[in-house]
Formats: sequence, structure tokens, C-alpha cells
Amino acid sequence: MSTIRIKAKERNGLVSVKSLMKHPMETGLRKDKSGKKIPEHWIQDVVAEANGNRVFSVAFNTSISKDPYLAFAYTGKKGDVLRISWKDSAGKTDSAETMVK
Amino acid sequence: MDRRSVIKAAGIFTAAATAFLAMPRWAFAAYSQKAFKQKASIDALQNLYGSSATTVSDKITLKAPDIAENGAVVPLEVITDLKADSIAILIEKNPSPLAIKADIPSGTQGLLKTRCRMGKTTNVMAVVESGGKLYTASKEVKVTIGGCGG
Repeated sequence: MSTIRIKAKERNGLVSVKSLMKHPMETGLRKDKSGKKIPEHWIQDVVAEANGNRVFSVAFNTSISKDPYLAFAYTGKKGDVLRISWKDSAGKTDSAETMVK
Repeated sequence: MDRRSVIKAAGIFTAAATAFLAMPRWAFAAYSQKAFKQKASIDALQNLYGSSATTVSDKITLKAPDIAENGAVVPLEVITDLKADSIAILIEKNPSPLAIKADIPSGTQGLLKTRCRMGKTTNVMAVVESGGKLYTASKEVKVTIGGCGG
């Protein structure tokens, strides 16, 4: 299972995209029970591509909530293959693909 | 430098160049670490756009709750009629104000929705970059931590 859930719907030539990524988004300011700081760990970059063309890209700071939600809209059509990928501060990446409805 | 060391150096250089070219082309933009680590909004803008001169615009709508009961999850929405090149959100009283920066290629709407963390009651500023200029809209969000309702 990918960590990303995407919903993409076309209406009047505009594709509305909603996505939800599963990630702890540690700020580096929180402390655990023993009072030690939990190291920061967050998604830095998110890129969205429709049929291989970049339609949206975003950079997050640690101030984005846990399990980030992201929504945007681009000019597109039904059947577009939409791919969203992220990269976090630990260098991990994940991506998911969906078909625009 | 004698001939041998020149040949050796050239060999190393070629190997390095090949390794560089063989790397998968990285799809992500260069992460602007410096701008995100700034402790003041002005410095963050300066690092992000190279300028902190902004104009207040009524063509930007920033939707945020008046009172956020849970500072860990505050829904924010920026909509603009301007031809946006990028949209950024700054939360002024957070440890590092710059929360998010979105690049908007042509064909994509000037729209950004997400959820942010806020440490305390603060001004939220939406910045839209359009034609090399910065336009802003801001709103104050009251944060009541602990859910006691203030």
C-alpha cells in the first residue's frame, strides 16, 4: 500500500486533486517521555505530474500537520494519469498513481 | 604536473562525470532549506524570493478559521485570480514562519489547500508571486491549545 491517497475529478476542463499522505511529520521540537527531543523527520518536497508533465510542486516545512493534506486544481481531462510523489528529510520517497475521473 | 598525473586526473574526472550523468534525473526541486529555517517572516521572504517588498492585494483570498481549537491541524486555503507563479504561506509567530511554498506552472489554478500547525495566536500571511512581484493577504487566527475553549 502506498502512503499516498489521491482523488482526482474532472469538471469543465478543470481537474480537482485532493491528496492525503501518511507521514509522522516530526518537527524536531517535540520531546518523548524521557525528555529527549524526537529528531525532525518531515516531507520536504511533493511533486504532481499529469501524463508525465509537472502540474504542481510544493515544498513543506515542519509546520505542516501530521499526515499532510494537499489540494490543488489544474487544466486537464478525464483519463489523465496523475502521479504524486514525495521525498522526506531522511531521503525516503514514495509515489502513487491514479486515473482522473 | 607530469604527464602521468595529468592522465590520471583526467581519468578520475571522466569517471566522475559519467557517474553524474548516469544518476537518475531527480524530479524534485532544490529544497530551499535556508528560507524554511528562518525565524522571521521578512528573512524567510528575502531568502525565498530575494525580496521582501510586498503589496496587499484584494485578488487573494485566504481562508482560515477565526478560532482554531486544535493548533496541530488548522485548515488553510489560498485562492487567487492573479496569474500566480508560486504561492507561499507564512505563519508569523511559528518557530519558523514559512510553512509551505507551491510552484504553479501555467495551466494550474492559483489554488492551494493544506493543513498547518500553529503554536499560538498568530497572523497568517498568504504570499502570491505574480510577474516577479509579491502580493499578500493576511488573517489572524486565534489558537486555543488544550481544547478548553479559551
